[in-house]
Amino acid sequence: MTKNVSLTYREALKMAIREALHKDERVFLMGEDVGRYGGAFAVSKGLLQEFGPDRIMDVPLSESGFTGAGIGAALAGMRPIVEVMTVNFSLLAMDQLFNNAATLLHMSGGQLNVPVIIRMGSGIGRQLAAQHSHSWEPFFAHVPGLIVLSVGTHEDARGMLLGALESLDPVILFEYTSMLNLEKEIPEDSGVVDISKSKVRREGTDISLITYGTGVYKCLEAAEALEKEGIKAEVIDLRVLRPLDEATFLASVRKTHRALVVEDAWKSVSISSEIVSRIMEKAFFDLDAPVERLCGVEVPIPYPKHLEDASVPQVSDIVEKVKKMIKP
Amino acid sequence: MGTKANSSLDANLGQNLLKQMILIRRFEERAAEEYTKSKIRGFLHLYVGEEAVAVGVVQALNQEDYLLSTYREHGHALARGMNPNVIMAEMYGKQEGCSKGRGGSMHLFDSSLNFFGGNAIVGGHLPLAVGMALASKKQNKKNITSCFFGEGAAAEGEFHESLNLAALWEVPVLFVCENNRYAMGTALKYTHSMEDLEKKGEAYGIRSVAVDGMDLLAVMQAAAEAVEFIRETGKPFFLVCKTYRFRAHSMFDAELYREKSEVEEWKKKDPIPKFKEYLLKENLISQALVDELERDVEQEIENSVAFAENGTWEEASNLTRFVYSELKQP
Ligand SMILES: Cc1ncc(C[n+]2csc(CCOP(=O)(O)OP(=O)(O)O)c2C)c(N)n1
Repeated sequence: MTKNVSLTYREALKMAIREALHKDERVFLMGEDVGRYGGAFAVSKGLLQEFGPDRIMDVPLSESGFTGAGIGAALAGMRPIVEVMTVNFSLLAMDQLFNNAATLLHMSGGQLNVPVIIRMGSGIGRQLAAQHSHSWEPFFAHVPGLIVLSVGTHEDARGMLLGALESLDPVILFEYTSMLNLEKEIPEDSGVVDISKSKVRREGTDISLITYGTGVYKCLEAAEALEKEGIKAEVIDLRVLRPLDEATFLASVRKTHRALVVEDAWKSVSISSEIVSRIMEKAFFDLDAPVERLCGVEVPIPYPKHLEDASVPQVSDIVEKVKKMIKP
Repeated sequence: MGTKANSSLDANLGQNLLKQMILIRRFEERAAEEYTKSKIRGFLHLYVGEEAVAVGVVQALNQEDYLLSTYREHGHALARGMNPNVIMAEMYGKQEGCSKGRGGSMHLFDSSLNFFGGNAIVGGHLPLAVGMALASKKQNKKNITSCFFGEGAAAEGEFHESLNLAALWEVPVLFVCENNRYAMGTALKYTHSMEDLEKKGEAYGIRSVAVDGMDLLAVMQAAAEAVEFIRETGKPFFLVCKTYRFRAHSMFDAELYREKSEVEEWKKKDPIPKFKEYLLKENLISQALVDELERDVEQEIENSVAFAENGTWEEASNLTRFVYSELKQP
């Protein structure tokens, strides 16, 4: 039996970055305020002192420029980890990510690889209002050529970056700032995560809760509450939003015959749109009930707490929804 | 700089500007207090130390002129004449706030005062400023657009695109760069290859001036000249105000990146005591009047907190309002 260790999501992210820097001398971290400030969210605190300014690079507010430079450095043999402070600012770097990172391998007929890793703080729930509360997972997951990962657990905070480091293709990591201080236990020997696979986080037989990101702990909490009412929910953490691992969630749906997809992103043209379509295409006859979704309300996220909470699914919403689906 | 402006400073104007600076300072200090009591949440970026810039520039504008600012915009909003009540209520998230509580501290708007916000994406409002000035030009309006941003923003592509467009199209924009030497925790020397930022404006053929942003009189004079130039020529102007923020970047900042002694040095240049001393020395104000102004400000701030406390929460059933317009095209 391996022992467990208790750590925060922030500590897990930092352990992974340190390990990557130690493991591979081509790795360097660049981003706004990653060095002297200690990281906007204190994830990289102390790394400048440990690794020096060549490997921990503070960059100006030039998202398109430094993201593109990360892509260029990857083309020329480095393994850059580019931190875009938050996903909200990644919009300024979209051209580099979509027109360069995602296409160079294909346009060059397979000659060029772009092994760049882009880390972005994301998520809703800190009352930061409309411009700072975006859930852009569906945007990124739309683009062939990118590998899009959602870091929904501490285990993945510890290991996904290391998995990404083994990829020859560009990897986008969505990290969730509302979980940074959250402490959880993970196995002491946690390490590299297989970034091609989803994961069953909790087994159940009555319904599949399919989710990612901040939805994972919410669904696990909901599943616990449902257990007390005699409902056994299975929780699927998608983890990799592109290319999707459909085998895992389809197998779950074939077992439970019911599915609810949960995400913070706006409902239309979302990750859940895609999951539901795949279930329709490939597991329709296994269903006992229509698939349902709980998603973000289609509104720019407002500042006040009560309106912000009303904008995204809460644990109680998941519990209520499942009860309705199972005992109509 | 300054003899002309100094000698012509009207006592009423001087008193009014001093009061504005004190109001901004005390309002923000109170906001920080309310933040620690969790009355205000999210991001709160304070302007403390930089007041002379907003007050000095905004007083040079008239009511028809357009203003745009960043997430550090309480000072600009107050200098523009926004009511402290609706700003405080906005920061509380109450529906009586200037943006109905939807925006919070970073998104103050008041279209009746031609105050177009509170933009929280660094550099995001510079192209908007160019467009508003372009509209004025197309409509043969005489107003100008003024746009405030930090020196960090001057590293964004949007800054460079905006300056080029403004110069190319010859539109009346006043770009005001508030160079407080830090973009969050990254010092000027780590973000700019060339620290004399006004040269960036010159490179686009824009008339550019740098001024001591801790000195209200200097800012007033520079702003007056800039505004006059823009009104006469219809062309843009780039004004760099050298200033300093005395407090953290936001309420989350541990300030690991600068020495306390540096902050203390800059506090000696505090624009408020400096301007107050000047007014006293020139007999443009009496100590009794200063005391009265300070008491008035305290009262206004108390009122704003009471107003915010008494404000109401918007019904959650209204959540999806303001996604699309409720008005129809005339
Ligand atoms: C495009 C973008 N990148 C990053 C951020 C995060 N951020 C907010 S303020 C700030 C520093 C901006 O510095 P500066 O432009 O000098 O203005 P100041 O805050 O000093 O007034 C940063 C990095 C942001 N809001 N938008």
